[in-house]
Amino acid sequence: MLSKRIIACLDVRDGNLAKSVKFVDTKEIGDPVETARRYYEAGIDELVFYDITASSDHRAILLDVVSAVAAQVFIPFSVGGGLRSVEDCSKVLLAGAEKVNVNTAAVQNPRLIADASRAFGAQCVVLSMDVLAVPPSPAVPSGYEIVTYGGRKRTGLDALAWARRGEELGAGELVVNSIDADGTQEGYEINLTRKIAEAVGIPVIASGGGGKAEHLYRVLTEGKADAALVASLLHYGITTVVELKKHLDQRGVKVRMI
Amino acid sequence: MQRALKFLGVESVITPDPEVVRRAERIVFPGVGNAAAAMEVLRERGLNQALREAFARGTPILGICLGSQIVLTRSEEGEIECLNLIPGECKRFVFSDPALKIPQMGWNRVRPVRPHPFLDGLGADEEFYFVHSYYPRPEDANSVLAECEYGIVFPAVIGRANLVAAQFHLEKSGPAGLRLLRNFVAWNGTARDS
Repeated sequence: MLSKRIIACLDVRDGNLAKSVKFVDTKEIGDPVETARRYYEAGIDELVFYDITASSDHRAILLDVVSAVAAQVFIPFSVGGGLRSVEDCSKVLLAGAEKVNVNTAAVQNPRLIADASRAFGAQCVVLSMDVLAVPPSPAVPSGYEIVTYGGRKRTGLDALAWARRGEELGAGELVVNSIDADGTQEGYEINLTRKIAEAVGIPVIASGGGGKAEHLYRVLTEGKADAALVASLLHYGITTVVELKKHLDQRGVKVRMI
Repeated sequence: MQRALKFLGVESVITPDPEVVRRAERIVFPGVGNAAAAMEVLRERGLNQALREAFARGTPILGICLGSQIVLTRSEEGEIECLNLIPGECKRFVFSDPALKIPQMGWNRVRPVRPHPFLDGLGADEEFYFVHSYYPRPEDANSVLAECEYGIVFPAVIGRANLVAAQFHLEKSGPAGLRLLRNFVAWNGTARDS
């Protein structure tokens, strides 16, 4: 039986670790390479790096971060943020990432998912979706709408339909990020996560709102997620990877203990 | 994989040249993707023959993921003939339970079933990172060194003579994976170190 994964999310801006609350008010809180190594040694199962660098001039810095991480961290990690083409994806994979993470660019050009999946294999392609709770409408019957540009732009796409489409196009995993829960540390959006996990046959990673071990327990059981993304919880030292896993293990959730 | 070897202080080259493969002190044979496509590339470049010769000569060889599948006699993926270094077949997962997603992707426990220098220091409950839809099934049970459970119990590490092969990714499996890689690098290619 597979273990449930705990994935640490590192937002990287101009080569620094940053943390946002509801996608605004970002501040810099450390060195991503050093932080990644620390989490790795503590037993994190996977890492995600999101490049939130504002200026495209500084994109090359991200590849340096990826190479430095790949030289000393031997678990899977994915990289996202600003990947618009198969060539962009190829660069981060060659620098040592195991997977690429596409979001806004995939909404604008769904073929990116198919092309990247064909070029590198579905297991390399993670579709990340930012989701906003809205009143149900004919276009968005689930009441969950896909938003892009870090939550600034509404798309009119229903999150469930987009999740299924992503799977058909060749995504190997989905990150479901609730804009409403992001950065609040008040718990994951259980209902959204479960609905998507029940709609697709690929692993679902819950994101946004993880504030304590109980939240992870709920989303990995009731929420039917295969993995939970954590950020603030670890970055601010509220808890540790070891404590999270101990909590889950004691409550009967299979996790990798080291 | 090369980064992991470098981390352990081991020099390696990535090569498509059969001569380099013939001369190598040891060979790591990783792979992702489609078995039929991989076999075709190996044949086109004469690498299949080079690998067979290296195996016959006793060079320690480590197969990983797809590399643990195409060392068998044949594969269900594309119904093809493979390298036949270990008699057996590569099978596809078939599950009726939709909770068992294919591919298996993530961390799972690997249980050693036969002592082997490659598995030295491996505990009973250690986990490794898997991404696969097919699994190796050697004919001879003695070729199964460790097992994993995902819907069924399947061979996760197989070996014969100077060849060992893991279905999981050592290079993505944290300290446990690095330990096995270090074991391989120290291994002289005989089934028992004495």
